[in-house]
Amino acid sequence: MEATKIHSLAEFLHQAELDKREVTRITAENPELTVEDAYKIQDEIIKIKLEAGDSIFGPKMGLTSEAKMTQMNVTEPIFGYVFNYMKVQNGGSISVSQLIHPKVEAELAFVLKKDLEGENLSVEDVLDATEYIFPALEIIDSRYENFKFTLPDVIADNTSASRVVLGDSLRKPEDFQSDLVGATIFINGEAKAFGTSCAILGHPALSISMLAAMLSRKGKSLKAGEIILAGSLTEAVRFNAGDYISVKFDGMNDVSFHVVE
Amino acid sequence: MTVQSSKKTEEFALLLRNAEQKREGISPLSADNPDLTIDEAYQIQLINIQDKLNQGQVITGKKIGLTSKAMQDLLGVNQPDYGHLLNGMEYENNSVIPANILCQPKIEAEIAFKLKKDLTGPNITSLDVLLATEYIVPAFEIVDSRVQDWKITIEDTVADNASSGLYVLGEQKFAVSEVDLAQLGMGLYKNGKLVNTGVGAAALGHPANCVAWLATKLAEYDIPLKAEEIILSGALSAAVAVNPGDQFTARFAGLGEVSVSFS
Repeated sequence: MEATKIHSLAEFLHQAELDKREVTRITAENPELTVEDAYKIQDEIIKIKLEAGDSIFGPKMGLTSEAKMTQMNVTEPIFGYVFNYMKVQNGGSISVSQLIHPKVEAELAFVLKKDLEGENLSVEDVLDATEYIFPALEIIDSRYENFKFTLPDVIADNTSASRVVLGDSLRKPEDFQSDLVGATIFINGEAKAFGTSCAILGHPALSISMLAAMLSRKGKSLKAGEIILAGSLTEAVRFNAGDYISVKFDGMNDVSFHVVE
Repeated sequence: MTVQSSKKTEEFALLLRNAEQKREGISPLSADNPDLTIDEAYQIQLINIQDKLNQGQVITGKKIGLTSKAMQDLLGVNQPDYGHLLNGMEYENNSVIPANILCQPKIEAEIAFKLKKDLTGPNITSLDVLLATEYIVPAFEIVDSRVQDWKITIEDTVADNASSGLYVLGEQKFAVSEVDLAQLGMGLYKNGKLVNTGVGAAALGHPANCVAWLATKLAEYDIPLKAEEIILSGALSAAVAVNPGDQFTARFAGLGEVSVSFS
């Protein structure tokens, strides 16, 4: 796909986010769009945001559950980037009028203390390079109508990245079983979704390993200090203005937010 | 640090400076000047900090005040405030402090954060604070007011360096991953008797939230919280009056103790 086309599709999706408006998926008119093209569009959106003065918080992994991978017919997860403007304080609020049709997922995030590079990193390699693991809530908000997309669509749309509520419990990977963290999403006190961290590719550290592998094919690597959202423990749940969402993670502080108009 | 001063702010700064030197409280600046704004109050604070820097003192960090709902309600505000910490305010654990160097001191138990990275805004969250923290220690803040009988409004305390006095840091340092700062309990003992209890969540829900508030607030003025700075995050319980001869110890769950005496 030519560069001008990539740029115009990136502008289109970026504008949809700014306008808080759902748009027709880009593969409808561009059925030939490949995964490779899609990452180029994502790169272009990142460039547009950086030029606008936004800065990157860290990468995020998507399609990390067996169910989603089967549904999308893929064997590998996908990645996008969380920006600093997307951060929400634990206990803070999210305004639905700033978003399109947001959903919440319970996730674990990794903070690296060493660089990570290579195609076949083991769970031990990743944990050894990890300073902390902390809980987070990812708010995904596909810019596409009815949250319906193909694989290239969602990659181009920066993997639906929208907001992230950051938990304030930092755990050392050696202090707990990071693949057996249970989580429950409560909306207004009612349990709506459950999951365990091994839902992320069998072990959340493998998600980091897969990201390192995908980046390594692009000639990139993960650096010490980097913060990575490893993927969701639960299904994604819709929420509405007036809701109070609180998520319990085994052995960690709750992560919560209020939803306002 | 840029100080924009006017005749009024210079005058008020001098009044507070003299009050501190003479250890005699003045009548509240806001009483005679109800139009004094919070921005002007911060200018007054900065004038006096600059004066201390000119005399050779060094900024060691910042303190956050009015972090509890009770204190905010008392002063009729809905946000915290902050002041500057200077090297002359720091005392070691177990120090004996002559009470007559202060006007009308009170003591508060707090969590102190030592930063290892600059915290540059905007949109700083408590997670950013925790990741930028080298270690935490239990601390005492000895607050003091240069305003008679602590009859302060928000403007009075801000002008008066957020009623800062002295601070004492515990000796044992802890990683932020070692304790649950929101849930940790604290007991404050005066002369061996329990006089107050508190919990981390009393400081805006989590002590790191207070630091995140300050970093985000200062980002409006392009001022980062700097690596190496000590940040006193806010009282975990109400302040207790200090009298000569008093000995105080605060015990923090999982973080040991900090102690100080007054002569």
